[in-house]
Amino acid sequence: MDTVDTAAPRTRLTARERDRRAARGAGSRSVPLPLLAPALVAVVFLVLPLVGLLVRAPWGRLISILRGSDATQALVLSLWTATVATAIALAIGVPLAWVLARGSFPGQRLLRALVTLPLVLPPVVGGVALLLVFGRAGLVGQYLDKWFGLTIPFSPIAVVMAETFVAMPFLIITVEGALRSADRGFEEAAATLGASRMTVFRRVTVPLIAPSLGAGAVLCWARALGEFGATITFAGSFPGRTETMPIAVYYALENDPDAAIALSLVLLLVSVVVLVSLRDRWLRTGAAS
Amino acid sequence: MFAASSLTGTFTTLAKQFEAAHPGVTITTSFGASSALATQIVNGAPADVFASASPKNMQQVVTAGDASAPTIFAKNVMEIAVPPSNPAKVTGVNSLASSSVKVALCQPQVPCGVTAAKVFKNAGVTVKPVTLEPDVKSVLAKVELNEVDAGVVYVTDVMAAGTKVAGVTIPANVNASTSYPIASLSKSSNSAVAQAFVAYVLSPAGQSVLTAAGFEKP
Amino acid sequence: MTGPDAGELVVAAIVRRGDFTLDVEFSAAAGEVVGILGPNGAGKSTLLAALAGLTPVSSGRIVLDGQPVDDATTGVFVDASSRPIGFVFQDYRLFPHLSVADNVAFSPRARGLGKQAARAAAAAWLERFGLSEFASRKPGQLSGGQAQRVALARALAADPTLLLLDEPLSALDAGTRLDVQTELRTHLQNFAGPCLLVTHDPLEALVLADRLLVLESGRIVQEGSPALVARRPATEYVSKLVGLNLYSGHADGSRVTLDEGGSFVIPDQNQHGDVLVAVRPSAVAVSLRPPEGTSVRNTWPARVVGLTLLADRVRLDLSGQPSILVDVTPAAVADLSLRAGDEVWLAVKATELEVYNRKPSP
Repeated sequence: MDTVDTAAPRTRLTARERDRRAARGAGSRSVPLPLLAPALVAVVFLVLPLVGLLVRAPWGRLISILRGSDATQALVLSLWTATVATAIALAIGVPLAWVLARGSFPGQRLLRALVTLPLVLPPVVGGVALLLVFGRAGLVGQYLDKWFGLTIPFSPIAVVMAETFVAMPFLIITVEGALRSADRGFEEAAATLGASRMTVFRRVTVPLIAPSLGAGAVLCWARALGEFGATITFAGSFPGRTETMPIAVYYALENDPDAAIALSLVLLLVSVVVLVSLRDRWLRTGAAS
Repeated sequence: MFAASSLTGTFTTLAKQFEAAHPGVTITTSFGASSALATQIVNGAPADVFASASPKNMQQVVTAGDASAPTIFAKNVMEIAVPPSNPAKVTGVNSLASSSVKVALCQPQVPCGVTAAKVFKNAGVTVKPVTLEPDVKSVLAKVELNEVDAGVVYVTDVMAAGTKVAGVTIPANVNASTSYPIASLSKSSNSAVAQAFVAYVLSPAGQSVLTAAGFEKP
Repeated sequence: MTGPDAGELVVAAIVRRGDFTLDVEFSAAAGEVVGILGPNGAGKSTLLAALAGLTPVSSGRIVLDGQPVDDATTGVFVDASSRPIGFVFQDYRLFPHLSVADNVAFSPRARGLGKQAARAAAAAWLERFGLSEFASRKPGQLSGGQAQRVALARALAADPTLLLLDEPLSALDAGTRLDVQTELRTHLQNFAGPCLLVTHDPLEALVLADRLLVLESGRIVQEGSPALVARRPATEYVSKLVGLNLYSGHADGSRVTLDEGGSFVIPDQNQHGDVLVAVRPSAVAVSLRPPEGTSVRNTWPARVVGLTLLADRVRLDLSGQPSILVDVTPAAVADLSLRAGDEVWLAVKATELEVYNRKPSP
């Protein structure tokens, strides 16, 4: 008598599917439904608002709106402050990440928690805190004012500082993680070849964590670009000097919603261009380096 | 209830009084720049009453069909707020034109920004502020924190801030005022209570709270 | 520094790492290749790490070329980057983001040479290793054998006084290993300073080293020439590991004439030139009379010189043409009543012989 295993599930594969699976190798099966469905929900949730922007945009009036508004000033300010903030974050954040990843000293865990605090702190709180320290009557600010006549609030420097404050922790966390999981074997090899510790850092450690460094920098830049609460509290807002794109959008919303959409589109376009051009090189953290 | 920032103190009191007189009624208030609130209402934010710091923002709401027949219930004039120590020695509107004085103003499209602009036009001065804040309370906050030398706010704000700021009066001949309309909203699900509250604001009891805070009669 | 101590390595140290203690005392002369054999956990890596300066000694000292590089009594410690050592790691550790040329040039540059000078030095080394055509390739594009040579070139480009190799051939497949082994031997012989080579492969140790150090549980259990260690293993482990018969000889067709006397028939018909022949002690059969009508091609008489009782077998030391070590069961010894001085006949099949070229492949 024939014994047929009726319990074994059978799939029907088309010739094309067979070719595809053979080419992709083992494990290239289609996404299981319990994962596919929520994934689609996530995609819709994230993409729909962007679609809304595109659909509701005043395409006809776009150029005239942008020409008549603070758009160019705000955009230029946003772009350069975000870039400077990222540069500062790289200059001082990477050494800190190194200390946290490789150092060993009392209070290290506390330090790590403190430097990542801005990640969970509401940005406005960050702005107030910066004001209390660097404001005219602030802990440090009062001396800056008294001795050097330097006032930081309401200047582009304040914008950069506020953006650095909220965005740097992203870079620190990414780089610290990369340094921790980096293969120390290469650094050992470099040492046996006579490289000093700084040489090892420069020529071996940093190049090997380059993908994570890049991803962290992009995250940092994007966060700085979109910052609103801390900048408006610490730096205030004045067109051309401290009015960043996010602030311009917020104000435009009250006056002329169409203008707000136009400005949002510009910001969206710039962000997409940056992310897409860096995507393959930098956002694949830890991929084969 | 959506109300302009400058109504923070008075409307909190009025709401409490109304709740006490009408047990079972709870009033929640959202304070902010009238222009921002108007935009929110027009875009469907749930509210029963809107009290604006300028007829222009109320008109926005009326045109959108969300309110009808607003009534002016108060007026407010401007005053210069300075830190208690008055570090820049501000004496009047003309002081603000000096480039060494750091001035905070409201955003030009917000009612207090519009009214401040009128004051400067009357006085014939050009003021270059260091910052344009989203609403009048933010301007006040900057003055209280001694981050700016002066801010142009309403007289009611200077009064409400007490000892935290000092006030420099603007003479009546250059000063400008703004009128505050109030209306119950058509999409309200509690129109009876909403209208009762509007009536209370307009009543002698309500008006006395407003005048005590420094508002002028409509 | 010149003179009798020139380049010599002298070690008398204890290194403690966690629960493990390494306690060794030995020296290596300039030009000498010392093979370090031992089971896992014997302390071979710890020893290399201490010599490289990656870990300090807990007591004692390490002296290289007359200079103490690590002295627990005086506190002197020269760390890895300042020690004149070259290290070839088991996994090579070629920097993946640098080309082969830049990898080899790494040490000259790190020690202060300008970019051009370093590149030139690297080019010379690549030339010497026959790697010039790979100069601009990345390590990921190299085969195992090529990578191993680059790793050695990189270490030698550091102009070291002491060369350390950690299982240099273990990452290679069997075929490549044989080819590279002979070449490696040449480079090691050419190296002026002392050379320490860690390996677990007894054949590798026998072929590459001038002297063997056997390490077990952090202590040296035997020291001596490969032949001595093979003949007279001091411990169970050593005898199991190193009990291998190794002969050098000259092959001509299917017969190898051994340097020490005697000859073997080997399976390969086409071997020519200098070769090494390896015979496992367990591959040899002992009989009291000459074997008759047998398929075995290699038979010869020998005399029992010694017997050693191991855990599960008896190792016979036999002298003849050639002399050989043979493992038999205790029962067999009893059956044949084998004693020192007995004359016996030995038989080993041609197919049991492993033959290696002694010259590097072209």
